[in-house]
Amino acid sequence: MTGGGRSRRLSVIVSIIVAFMLTLVPMPDWALSFRPDWVVLTLIYWAMMLPRTWSVGSAWIVGLLLDVAQGTIFGQHALALCLIVFITVRFHLLMRVFPVLQLTATVFALLALYQFILFWINGIADVSAPPVSYWGPVISGTIIWPVVSMLLSGVRMRIQLGR
Amino acid sequence: MVHSRADNSNPARIPALGIRVLVLLAISILLMVLDHRQGHLGKVRAVIGVAVYPIQIVVDAPFRLWEWISESTTARNDLQLEVSRLNAERLLTNARLQRLTALEAENARLRDLLEARSRVRDEIRVAEIMAVDANPYRHNIVIDIGKRDNVYDGQALVDANGVVGQVIETGLTTSQAILISDPSHALPIEVNRNGLRTIAKGTGKFDRLDLPFLPNNADIQPGDLLVTSGLGGAFPPGYPVAVVTTVNRIPQEPFADVIAVPSAALDQIREVMLIWTATSPAAAADANREDSTE
Repeated sequence: MTGGGRSRRLSVIVSIIVAFMLTLVPMPDWALSFRPDWVVLTLIYWAMMLPRTWSVGSAWIVGLLLDVAQGTIFGQHALALCLIVFITVRFHLLMRVFPVLQLTATVFALLALYQFILFWINGIADVSAPPVSYWGPVISGTIIWPVVSMLLSGVRMRIQLGR
Repeated sequence: MVHSRADNSNPARIPALGIRVLVLLAISILLMVLDHRQGHLGKVRAVIGVAVYPIQIVVDAPFRLWEWISESTTARNDLQLEVSRLNAERLLTNARLQRLTALEAENARLRDLLEARSRVRDEIRVAEIMAVDANPYRHNIVIDIGKRDNVYDGQALVDANGVVGQVIETGLTTSQAILISDPSHALPIEVNRNGLRTIAKGTGKFDRLDLPFLPNNADIQPGDLLVTSGLGGAFPPGYPVAVVTTVNRIPQEPFADVIAVPSAALDQIREVMLIWTATSPAAAADANREDSTE
């Protein structure tokens, strides 16, 4: 591994850790159900741009960490993240050439699918939650996506120039 | 290095992606089944929890810093006021405690007379809530002590006013606890006034518990204090849980509609107290350790 590769990997890891922190930061009650899925957004971006290094394996590990941090069923977020990243990697070439609006719509669909998988697993496992509350993160995540992707492409530009 | 070069330009498929996904999904499902049906994965969780711990600390740091700043910049006047208030409170509590000691002695004597096993006093330790509120649909908290301090699964959490919840998962240095207001939590209680036993269920709201299994003719009224009955085994008996606010008897329904407000301010607590009862699994280990250190 050259120095460039290592620093590049480090930047991606740092961005994922920051997303992780944003997921855990305490928020007032009313805002809680509108917390975007920061980790999912970040992983979608990296899976789209660097699908060889950031693929389903790393998503799965991050998912397990999320499960532990949030105290959900062990493997729930891992499964959901893994599937979402798989779809993203599968269509990454297509998604890269999408115009912003179309890409945002795609991200909306991915986020909705992600929440649906969580909802579905919760349903099987008897964790009760009002179904409406699953829509909050989808909507806020879609709204915040352009900003996230802009910030992350800033990071990507920097590490690619540095290479 | 071929890999990282090719990352952005090579349009070829990622090799064996489908197989990898299938394997990972299968492992996830296996993990979920193991975790949910059997709960075998406590150790694995604890290990991974150590990796997450630094992140939780960092997330929590600004809040602690803020607390520290506001504490250290409190005006002298305020401090003096607080000291005098606390002094007054201490006097009052001391007076009550004196009575309690007398009562405890009397109780022990009476129990001796009845040749009953005397109740050992519970051991208590304060834990701080790390301000990590994970999931809006589940009332869970993370506290800053874990297996290292002999916390065990099912251990009771109380605050100054009443029962808060119980530990559901212990890590090495942190533990997860479920609040009594969580919709999936139920707590065996009794009415302090007459010893009527029933179950208090969480509703998902911090200021409301439901008592769904009381018949219409049950002797319960607004203002009744509900205390733990100790029947479930997790909670020691006699800790206040909630106060009944409304009793709605519906003639055509088999059960009355009874609502209570938790005594503990579940959405405002920063610290909780963990209780070790004499019969708890950790108490035995604790006793051993104390023996060896002496």
